[in-house]
Amino acid sequence: MAKVTIDDITIEVPDGTTILQAARMIDEQHGTNIAPPTMCYYSKLKTTGGYCRTCIVSVTQGSEKDPRPMPKPVASCRTTVMDGMVVRNNTSPELLEARAGVVEFLLINHPLDCPVCDQAGECHLQDLGYENGKEATRYEFPRREFEPIDIGDKIKLHMNRCILCYRCVKTCEQITDGRVHGVINRGDHAEISTYIEKAIDNDFSGNVIDVCPVGALTDRTFRFKSRVWFTNPVDAHRDCPTCSGKVRLWMKGKDVLRVTARKDRWGEVEEFICNTCRFDKKDVTDWRIEGPSKISHHSVISQNHNELRQVQLGVRKQLQQWDGHKYGLGEGALDPNNQ
Amino acid sequence: MSKKLLLANDHIPGINTLEVYRQHGGYKALEKALKSMKPDDIVEEVKKSGLRGRGGAGFPTGMKWSFLAKPEGVPRYLVCNADESEPGTFKDRYLMERIPHLLIEGMIVSSYALGANTSYIYVRGEYFYIIKILQKAIKEAYAAGLLGKNILGSGYDLDLYVQPGGGAYICGEETALLESLEGKRGNPRIKPPFPAVAGLWGCPTVVNNVETIAAVVPIVNISGDEYAKIGIGKSTGTKLISASGHINKPGVYEIELGVPVEEFIYSDEYCGGIRNGKKLKAVVAGGSSVPILPTELILKTAKGEPRLMSYESLGDGGFATGTMLGSGGFIVMDEDTSVVKNLFTFARFYHHESCGQCSPCREGTGWMEKILQKFIDGKATMSDIDLLWDVQSKIEGKTICPLGEAAAWPVAAAIRHFRHEFEEYVNRPESIHDVKHYFRLNNIEEA
Ligand SMILES: Cc1cc2nc3c(=O)[nH]c(=O)nc-3n(C[C@H](O)[C@H](O)[C@H](O)COP(=O)(O)O)c2cc1C
Ligand code: SF4
Ligand code: SF4
Ligand code: FES
Repeated sequence: MAKVTIDDITIEVPDGTTILQAARMIDEQHGTNIAPPTMCYYSKLKTTGGYCRTCIVSVTQGSEKDPRPMPKPVASCRTTVMDGMVVRNNTSPELLEARAGVVEFLLINHPLDCPVCDQAGECHLQDLGYENGKEATRYEFPRREFEPIDIGDKIKLHMNRCILCYRCVKTCEQITDGRVHGVINRGDHAEISTYIEKAIDNDFSGNVIDVCPVGALTDRTFRFKSRVWFTNPVDAHRDCPTCSGKVRLWMKGKDVLRVTARKDRWGEVEEFICNTCRFDKKDVTDWRIEGPSKISHHSVISQNHNELRQVQLGVRKQLQQWDGHKYGLGEGALDPNNQ
Repeated sequence: MSKKLLLANDHIPGINTLEVYRQHGGYKALEKALKSMKPDDIVEEVKKSGLRGRGGAGFPTGMKWSFLAKPEGVPRYLVCNADESEPGTFKDRYLMERIPHLLIEGMIVSSYALGANTSYIYVRGEYFYIIKILQKAIKEAYAAGLLGKNILGSGYDLDLYVQPGGGAYICGEETALLESLEGKRGNPRIKPPFPAVAGLWGCPTVVNNVETIAAVVPIVNISGDEYAKIGIGKSTGTKLISASGHINKPGVYEIELGVPVEEFIYSDEYCGGIRNGKKLKAVVAGGSSVPILPTELILKTAKGEPRLMSYESLGDGGFATGTMLGSGGFIVMDEDTSVVKNLFTFARFYHHESCGQCSPCREGTGWMEKILQKFIDGKATMSDIDLLWDVQSKIEGKTICPLGEAAAWPVAAAIRHFRHEFEEYVNRPESIHDVKHYFRLNNIEEA
């Protein structure tokens, strides 16, 4: 066991626990909010984390034995705790400044097309921007652009929105068979691609949509049907021969607009689901409804009315920076209330 | 004439062949090692020699070797890093081109010391002719019983392979190199685990630079203690320096560590002074990644002591007033050089070479290039200088591998020491074509 102190709260955790996991444990036990934000780590997948650098923390005491501080901020998702370690996250202004830098990097090439993005309202980058970012951008250059690509008839890839978190790559490596999905090219021209733009044709491929923290991978069967905050999430299940059949239905009236896996409070899926449940079972009668979903993640869908308004205002603010006409949209098309 | 341990025979015709190499004492270290030394004895000699990695970081080689995990029944590997792609660095190329057997002998001795039975030389893909030279030399070595089974009757077996690189600077970062060697995309791995524990195919692995491995040959020949007497302080032995830029005699020089920088630049034994009688403006002393220093700080430390070609002396003053020996890529700039333009070239390089895994490097390198482009185009404002400074500071220390830092440091150093030049480009955009203002601003007499 190792004793670690994060933002002045001490917890004892098994050896091998990462700083991030320890922080999440503290939040779960104390109802605090000290866990650093994560964009690439995914506890349900192996070898994730380390890429986005949003989860950085500062280690002000390495361990009981060797109390020297670590010279640079470390990725909390990839750094294991030592006995006697002292970590600063929200209580270090320098660290928060460094994180704001990371957030700015993630946003400089992001198209800010939330008004027409299906992920708006449940996008981790939106959350990250509001909670850890700066008000205005200092980036004055054209943003990089890619053409949207259909990955088969069910999944859409908007590479412009991708933050190269590698989650979808690891999903395809680890839970689908056949490695046809990966990263091509290098640096800021790197892109997610499937083998010669082949469809990922696989029972579990749809899970890339759920693991994607932004609107880069979206469900083509749900595209533009509704804003997510106008749908009602309910938990439901069915007897599925391929997966657990435990899903979340996104309903509008009696219509099932979308089926996703259930997500935990950290925004990660509880159990991966199969493509049949996700794409083909869009009738309420396919499902046994359990009841309204508890959504504890901080996304807009879980906010109360007042906060929801804030978010909509935020969307409007972004909208002002964003040129809808370039996309051939008419007046009013960008109003989030205009569905 | 200073001491030469690696390039003493580089001028001898035919030294690239096994026959001539042996006539001049080649493979004596291998015979000595296999016949009279145990593997651990060699590790001990390397420790005593004080040899430090010649690939850039200067980590003590003997210590690195002693960290190698040795679990039962698991193979260990030695991998030679010959990916040499740092702008300004071309010493490994010279060594492999002229005396390929020196590297091969070093590989066999080092593999024996580490208990590796399969080893690799990962060569920068663009060095295709060197790949051929090495392959020919390896063939000769196999034919002479210096590679393969039961080398020189010692019972020790070694297979040595040459692997052409994937064509990216990042493949020189040791864990990206291992990924590439395994046939994957050359992305640096997230550490820990370190290669000494889980390297090539998950097995314990040592990655060393070409020059580091070659230096093991003289260490075994003359002993670690004798090697440690050469050089100065903790900078023992000799170092290959790739000298380029506005000097009379660009080329690869083997120096004894501790030679004064001034002597290195101006003596006829080395660079032979600045071309066309011009004045020295600045030096990038250890490859494009290390901080640039202006004349007054490269010839003397901030304390006023003569700056020497050694790890400690070049590092004296930290980044505020010092730099690093790095890989020994010594780039000299005369008074007509624009520091900003030069920095732009470096920034373009790092932007192009970032692997794109981590956000600060992927996004920040491109941003810095774009800001620098504004200076070149005469469109920059004063606030762009501060923005550039802020962007580099947000990359530094927040990335997976040191490429992010390698991109940030040159930017920081250029602003630190040549801020007036950036300001000049903002105030008088036309002065990008007239770089002598540096001397005017510093009240240095015009040539
Ligand atoms: C971006 C990057 C590029 C590198 N390129 C090289 C290279 O071309 N050759 C080299 O020997 N080391 C290179 N290195 C350093 C290696 O990671 C490693 O430290 C070195 O090979 C270790 O050998 P040494 O201990 O003998 O110096 C590079 C490092 C980075 C971060
Ligand atoms: S497409 Fe989504 S999941 Fe895949 S790397 Fe990009 S942001 Fe991550
Ligand atoms: S620092 Fe740059 S090159 Fe290194 S892993 Fe990150 S993105 Fe890749
Ligand atoms: S969540 Fe830790 S680096 Fe991305």
